[in-house]
This record gives sequence, structure tokens and C-alpha cells, in this order.
Amino acid sequence: MTTSPDLEEIARRFRRVAPPIEQCTIRIVEESSTTTSVRRDVPEPVARSIDRGAMVTAVDGDGVGYAATSDLSEAGLRAAAERAIQWARCSRGRSVFAEAPPRLSRPGGRFHNGVVSEPDWTPAERIELLREESAQCRLDDRIVDWQASLWTIRSRQLLAADGGDQIFQQHEYAVPSLHVVASNGELTQVRSWGGRYNGLCQQGTARQVAQRSGFGGAGRRTAEQALQLLSAPNCPSGTFDVLLMPDQMMLQIHESIGHPLELDRILGDERNYAGTSFVTPEMFGSYQYGSQLLNVTYDPTLAEEFATFAYDDEGSRAQRHHLIRDGILLQPLGGALSRRRLAQAGWDGFVATARASSWNRPPIDRMSNLNLEPGSATLEQMVSSIDDGILMQTNASWSIDDSRNKFQFGCEWGQRIRSGQLAEVVRNPNYRGISATFWRSLAMVGDASTVEVLGSPFCGKGEPNQLIRVGHASPACKFSAAAVFGAER
Amino acid sequence: MKERFFELADYANGQLRGTETLLATFCGETSDFVRFNRARVRQAGSVAQAWLRLTLIDQGRRLNSSLTVAFDRTGDHAAIADAIQTLRSDLATVPPDPLLLYATDVVSSNLERSGRLPEAEEAVDCVIAAAAGADLVGIFASGPVYRGFANSLGQRNWHRVDSFQLDWSVYLGGDKAVKSTFASETWSAQEVTRRIRSAREELGFLAASPRAIEPGQYRAFLAPAAVDELIGMLNWDGVSARSQRTRQSALQKLVDAEATLSPMVTLRENTAEGLGPSFDDSGFPRPPRVALIDGGRHAGALVSARTAKEYDIAPNGANEEESMQSADLDGGSLPMAEALAALDKGILVGNLWYLNYSDRASGRITGMTRFATFWVEGGRIVAPLNVMRFDDSIYRMLGSELKALTREREWIQSRSTYGQRSVESTRVPGALLSSLTLTL
Repeated sequence: MTTSPDLEEIARRFRRVAPPIEQCTIRIVEESSTTTSVRRDVPEPVARSIDRGAMVTAVDGDGVGYAATSDLSEAGLRAAAERAIQWARCSRGRSVFAEAPPRLSRPGGRFHNGVVSEPDWTPAERIELLREESAQCRLDDRIVDWQASLWTIRSRQLLAADGGDQIFQQHEYAVPSLHVVASNGELTQVRSWGGRYNGLCQQGTARQVAQRSGFGGAGRRTAEQALQLLSAPNCPSGTFDVLLMPDQMMLQIHESIGHPLELDRILGDERNYAGTSFVTPEMFGSYQYGSQLLNVTYDPTLAEEFATFAYDDEGSRAQRHHLIRDGILLQPLGGALSRRRLAQAGWDGFVATARASSWNRPPIDRMSNLNLEPGSATLEQMVSSIDDGILMQTNASWSIDDSRNKFQFGCEWGQRIRSGQLAEVVRNPNYRGISATFWRSLAMVGDASTVEVLGSPFCGKGEPNQLIRVGHASPACKFSAAAVFGAER
Repeated sequence: MKERFFELADYANGQLRGTETLLATFCGETSDFVRFNRARVRQAGSVAQAWLRLTLIDQGRRLNSSLTVAFDRTGDHAAIADAIQTLRSDLATVPPDPLLLYATDVVSSNLERSGRLPEAEEAVDCVIAAAAGADLVGIFASGPVYRGFANSLGQRNWHRVDSFQLDWSVYLGGDKAVKSTFASETWSAQEVTRRIRSAREELGFLAASPRAIEPGQYRAFLAPAAVDELIGMLNWDGVSARSQRTRQSALQKLVDAEATLSPMVTLRENTAEGLGPSFDDSGFPRPPRVALIDGGRHAGALVSARTAKEYDIAPNGANEEESMQSADLDGGSLPMAEALAALDKGILVGNLWYLNYSDRASGRITGMTRFATFWVEGGRIVAPLNVMRFDDSIYRMLGSELKALTREREWIQSRSTYGQRSVESTRVPGALLSSLTLTL
């Protein structure tokens, strides 16, 4: 049962032309998006987009082939099916799947509707909201650039097998953002609300997400902080305890836990592009990834989180799993296919997170919602426990090696902590470390009151390349003795 | 494909009323993608896709709408009519756009570069045979890429390029690998085989025990692929006129004449010799060349139509991001064959990876060495190096510490396939640095 008559009609067309082979599926995706933006108080052109197409996947022996097309007519789908079969035959006997011929999961007849829709803002209403925030940014002439924007997406997807089973999923996403640039001629500082690269992204309508996240009034606060940074001293260099706020923690989790745990990296698929991993299969079940305070879950169940879904793009049912419990690494991020490829699997089950960025790319292992579970410390307790340290907020720079080990991250906002008290603001705070040891320095984990639900629309990997939505919920966390440094001037 | 796009544009123009103007841009491709791991097929398939972006302009107002097209005439016409009707009804509700600028002089163009591309099975067989017994991982992408522009003033631009690209790494083990790329408009199984064999032979240099070095400053030679990564960072708000006007550019000190790069550094956008189209999304023609850095000094910026209107300067066909699509860095006088001898003792950096600004205002960039990076003594490779993090300023790397650029340059086609296959490319030499700062 689904609620998508037009997509179902496409699936019926596909079934009429699907070839009589072992297995043939179609994944139909439609995404409608609207981007509204106001820069320096001037509305940018509203941009609408409707992106619709389908990918046919065929299996022939140990050969798998795909063909994606934006031509959803019967002739277009027939051509795609024939091309997918050609590829399946071409890869038969040449596949990297040596002993375990892959079989696509047969979807069950269920559907999941992510968010209950409601009337959303019109383009004119969106512009008005953004204009109000933009107008609040221009505090004085040192504010040289500023922009407020709102990006919304409505996604519908139908995964259908030739035999009649199908899964329909519908989601709505909203990504409000705002950033301000302040310059005094000598220095330039950027302060953003939610991160310069859309860290505040959630499921829901524009109205729901903007209200939930406190977008109203963000303009003035952000501009004030940009000016504060302009007159702030440079972040000191040295070894300090650091208190990372959720909008930096999300990046720390993403880069140095999420990517290293992706099973396709561990299996070597990504070595020519996104990289490999310092994590090896033998580590699962025993490796001390972090301190005992570290608990990390793959959680596709939080309604508002950006990558919540019911089924992955292989048709596997998505459920919450602990990946790291009490600091011990338990299992990787990999779909059913990757799980099957790893002969020496030493853990139970798999994490349903094989996903494609759209209809024109095949599914690969992604991190989806990857969360750090809250601990028991209040923010005040964490601050008061630090004698000489730095609070860092909002990621601005990120770089990590291809094994996901040596990292260097920078933030927009820093604040000294002296004798257990928050002290002066510092600009350009950066820190560097090594994943394999950094998480063991996790000294305190914030309680639920410090958790923020964030994410990214732009997690990139794969060949051909794919950008995908991921979610990260995290509390604030304290790390001991990190290598910290600031800017050149 | 060209006729189909122009037919859709004609249909869309036929939907206009009164004083309305329409701009239509097109991008599409018919691509084969084969992904390899351990010299076997990991994923294989094809993508046939086409997008149309319609911009409706009336009374100083403007709105955009993009849609996928199927070249199923009935369905496409209905979708276009719907899109224009929605644009028209929304247009009345939005304010006039004071930064609206689009080409009104009709400058049509047509470029079609047909290649000789392989059948899928031929390419797969060739790669698997050449890589037999080796640990090869990578991607083969092949097929025509299309870009188009049409407006209701009668302008028609078309750009079609056939090409293939094989981008691969051959692994010795762990993170020790030789990375190579071969891109062309003409398939040659012989050349692909030769290049894969050559990469396998180079693996021998990685067999020695890797050397670990301490953070510090080291003499270094950056191969063209590594220089390409550095120049690519300037696409991140470096050469953008908008970024420079709002003091966000990583080259701000250069723009303000507070700092200079080496007199050897001359950088331009070279559309005439690149892969990309010679027209932008507003219909403006791209000049054959745009000077950006000349003899180490700021010479210009990339200016989109919107930025041109905002700051009252001339547009030069830049895209909305104001990034280079055909970056071209002049070569120097050092013969590539003498690069190791000139390095004498230090680091040979084959590739850089995951670059980001650690201090954008100072032009400071951090990133990692990756793939084949070696310790060199007496002009000879001594041992592979474990990956190292660098953190250094563009004003040092391409300024005070730049000792030489190689005479030979490499033309590097972008490997980006996010959403669609890129038509960007760069042409860069190798660079000899008297010191590069390693931090971790």
C-alpha cells in the first residue's frame, strides 16, 4: 500500500517491460526543492527544482548492472532495463563478489511516511522572513556581507521489485541558514547560525524547522557575535582541555567515527577516492575506540533528524543499533550487501544504511544518522571542571587523512575557560589530533539538555560521486589535553 | 540531443506572454560508469540524464525553475508548460530584482567534439586484463556531456564533448598506492594497458620500509597533481570577485597588494583551451582568457553577471560560484626530468588530499599527503613516507618558498561526478619548494 499513484503508475509501466531474469528492481525518486535567499538585504532569485528519474537494477548470476534514466515512459524504462541487463551480463564472472553472488533484498509491502505535511510558506512569505533576519544583521559598516536562506525539499521514493513488492517513502526536509561577515579592513571574521555549511538541517516543513530551531532573531545575534570576534584576541596555541559544542561535535563524529566505520571503506571500495579506514574487521567486538563514556548509535528513528528513514535503498528495514558501547567498537556501518562480502564477519546482523544520493546513483554504505548518546554532565559542570581550556563552537574548517586518523578542525567561535569560568572570546580556534587516540581523551559527556540535532546535506563519497544527507545528534563534550592553535595574526 | 534541447526551448518560448523573457540552460549526459575494486567489477551501469533550467523574467522580476526532461515530447511539453505557469503566478508575488543582468546581444555558438569511445565490455576487459594480479581500484567514466543555452531573444549555444576517464590506484598494501588518471576523447586499449603497467612498475618504489619523519619544515617537490589541489583551493572563494569585494578571499592580501606571490606565478582562466562551454548561464560569452594573477601580483577576478551588476563592473562569463572551470598556471624552466636532482634532499609529494583553509584570511591551507610520497636524498628516492599533515600559507608555498616550476605541465581533467560529470580542467606544472611546513 502506498500513497503515490503517479509513482505507482511508473512502477506498473516498469513491470510491463521488466525482463524475465533472476531479479530486476526499480527505484523511482522525485525530489521537489525550493531555495530562497536574501543577501545584503536583496532577495536572490527564488529557485524551484523538480528532479525525477529512476534506476533499474538487474541481477544475472553473480553479475549486477544498473541503468538510470530521466525518461520514465514505457520506452524509456524498457531501454533502461535492457541496458541494466547488458551491464549485469558484462560484469558476470568479473565481479568482486567472488563467493557470494549478491542478491537484492526483496522489499516487503510496507510504507513509511516520514513527516505529516502541512501548508508551508509561500515564496513571498519566505522572502519576508529572510528579509527580516537580513535587516537585523546590518549593525554597522563593519558588517560587509550577510545572507539568510531557506532550502526545502520534498522527497518521494518508490522501490519496486518485478514481482510486485514495493516500499514507498516520503520525507520533507528544511535547511535554514544564515551567516554574517565582519571586517575592519585588517581582519575578517565569519559567524554563522547553524554553521556555514548548513549544519542546521532537519526533517519537517520550513515552518516547523525554523520554529523548532529558533531561526527568528538569529540575524542580530549572529551579527553581534561576528563583531565580537573581530575585536577578540587570537586563540592561543598550546595544550588545553577543550569543550566542544554540538555544532563542532557533529563534525568530529562525522569525520573520525562515521567515515572510518563505513564498511565499503574497510572493504577497499573507496580507496581511489574517499579513502580507506584505520579500522579493520578484527577490531569489531574488542577495540577500545574511546573512553568508557563513548556511546555511539546508528539511529534512523528520530523523527526530526535529517537521515531518518524506514528502509535503506537495498530494501532493508532500518533499526537503531549501538556501534560503540562504553568505548568498545561493536559493528560497522554497512548494508546487507557489504555485510555479505565480509567473510570473516564477527558481529550479528547489519546496519541498514546502503543509500543512493538520488535516482542516478547506485546505493553504497553511508552513515545516515550517527549520534553520540548523552551522558550525565551539565554544561555548567563541564565548564567548572576546566582550569584552563577553550570552548569551541561551530565548525569552520575540516581536514582528515584518507585512513580517517590524523585530523585538523577549526571553529568559528572560541571562548577561554579560566578557573572553571567562561572568560574572553577568542577567534580562529583550531585543534588537531589522531582519531585512534583522541576519543580516548573524552573526559565528560553532556547530558540531554546539551544535545542538539544537526546534520549535513553534503556528505560526499563514492565513484561516481554522491552527496547525501546525514544527521548527527550530540551533546557537548569535554576532551583532555588537545593540541590547540590559532591564526597567523 | 542538440535538436531536442532547441525544440524544447522553442516550445517554452511559445508559452511566453507580453513582455516576458525566458532563459533556458541545459545540461545532460549519457554516461557509462564502471567501478573497480581488487581489479574486479564492483558496480557497473549507465546514466542517461538531462536537466532544463528555465528563468522567467518580466518587469524586472526573475524566478528560476529546474526540471528533469525525458525527451518524451508530450510529457516534457506538459512539464514545461506547468513550470512556466507556476513561475508566472509566483513572479507577481516577488519583488523586482535590482541585480538582474542577462545577455541581450545575441551571440550564438556551436561546439561539438566527437570522440572514439569504447564499448563497455571492451573497456572492462581491457582494465581487468591489464590489472590482473594487481590490487587496482578506481572508476571508468565515459560518454558524451552536453551543455546548452537558449533565450527568447534568439540566442542558441551548444556544447558537446565526448570523453572518457579512467582514474585508478594500484595498491601495494595498507595506504601505499600509485595513483594515475588517463582522460581522452579517443579510446586506446594499448595506451590504457601501458599506463596501468607503468603504475604497477612504480609500486616497486613503495616496497621499501616506510620512513616516518617529524613535523617540521622540509624541502619539497610537489608533482602537478599536488599543485592541482592547491590551485583548486583558489576556487573556494579565492578568485571570486564577490569574495574579494566582501574581503572573504583567501587571496585578500594579494588583492590588497599587502603581499605578493613569486614572480613565477601567473594564473588565468583559460576557456579557449579547456573543456567547458564558452557561454554562461545568463547567455554571456566567456572570454578566451581571463588574467587572475600575473607575475605574482593580483591581475583580475572572475565576475558573474550578478556580481557585475552589484559592483558595477564588467562580467566575464563566470559561473554563479565564480570559480575557475579551466585553470591554467604557467610553467617555469625546470625540466621535469631534473626535478628530483633539483630537490636533492627532501620530500617528493605525489598527491595532496582533503585540503581546507586553516586561516583563510592569511591564505593558510592544511591538508594531507596521499598516495606516492617519498623521502629523497641525493636526488634519488630512498623510501616511501607515511602520510603527513601540512599546514602552510599560499604566500609561502607559491611565494617566498617557491624555487622553481617545471617546464612541462599536466592537463588534468576534473574527476568530479557529483550529480553530473564535470567539464572542468586544470593545466599545471610541478613545483619545487625550499620548505613546506608539516605539522602532524
